[in-house]
Amino acid sequence: MNDRTLDGNALGGLLDDVFAFEITTARCTCDGCGAVRVVGALRVYADAPGVVVRCPDCDDVVLRFVREDGNNRVWLDMRGVRVLQIRSAG
Amino acid sequence: MWLRARVCAVRDETPDIRTLTVDVDGWLGHRPGQHVDVRLTAADGYQTQRSYSIASAPEAGRLELTVERLDDGEVSSWLAGEARDGDAFELRGPIGGYFVWDVTMAGPVQLVAGGSGVAPLLSMVRHRVAAAGDQPMRLLYSARSLNDVVAHDELVDLAARDSGFELVLTLTREQPPGWSGHARRVDAALVAEALWGPETEAVTYVCGPTRFVESVASALIGLGYRADSIKTERFGPTGTP
Repeated sequence: MNDRTLDGNALGGLLDDVFAFEITTARCTCDGCGAVRVVGALRVYADAPGVVVRCPDCDDVVLRFVREDGNNRVWLDMRGVRVLQIRSAG
Repeated sequence: MWLRARVCAVRDETPDIRTLTVDVDGWLGHRPGQHVDVRLTAADGYQTQRSYSIASAPEAGRLELTVERLDDGEVSSWLAGEARDGDAFELRGPIGGYFVWDVTMAGPVQLVAGGSGVAPLLSMVRHRVAAAGDQPMRLLYSARSLNDVVAHDELVDLAARDSGFELVLTLTREQPPGWSGHARRVDAALVAEALWGPETEAVTYVCGPTRFVESVASALIGLGYRADSIKTERFGPTGTP
């Protein structure tokens, strides 16, 4: 935790064109500790070359995200996501 | 998908905070608490973007963004400084389904704002009025001085005529003569004094700088609030990415 930490809510726009669903309300099971949290409640660190998302309970890396300048390529590392539970809009 | 937005009015809220009313082509409406991404493109193609909360109610005809001018903020210095009627920029949104409240949600709701973090909470306050919600709502708002309080008259008026809405101001740096309100930072003692207890099962929305949000959220947890009854939006020193 430092004064540049953000909430998972900040991921909405960044991941908007990656996922077909609303990512901030999906429920994520952390692979490190098994805690289940809404993505909007995860910790986001956006000052790295990419964006790093950590579990607020155990601090493990849940997800990393890098977008190439010009938006041509995206790297999405979801090593810390054991389960993503998505509620469909319908 | 990026939409084309055009500034149609600019209003100074405080010395550092300005509200822009914008028209957005193809805007589909928003829920209170949601934000937008704003993207600016320089003549040489350099692009930069930041997130800003929507301060208007969904029921208002036009979108309002309430933006604080930050010394190192490329986007905020344009939005809150140079932008004029008719200027155009790109906007994406509405974004986020987590930090959202509307009148279909039952039970009391508390809002805790640090500085310009009041913006998404104002959307909730204004929506509750526009949609005639009857949920008890309390806003605890921390600002440096009375001049730094966004929408001061609107909030004071509302608290005076709507018994379901309570406003608790704390002025941390400078207080006017005769000020009888709080005059210190929002710490655990002030949270305990100024907010309802966890037994009310109130949902609490906290928005402000990261350290402010962290200290309020910790205080709420310490008082026995359930973690899932606290929704936070930290905006960091330069706004969200």
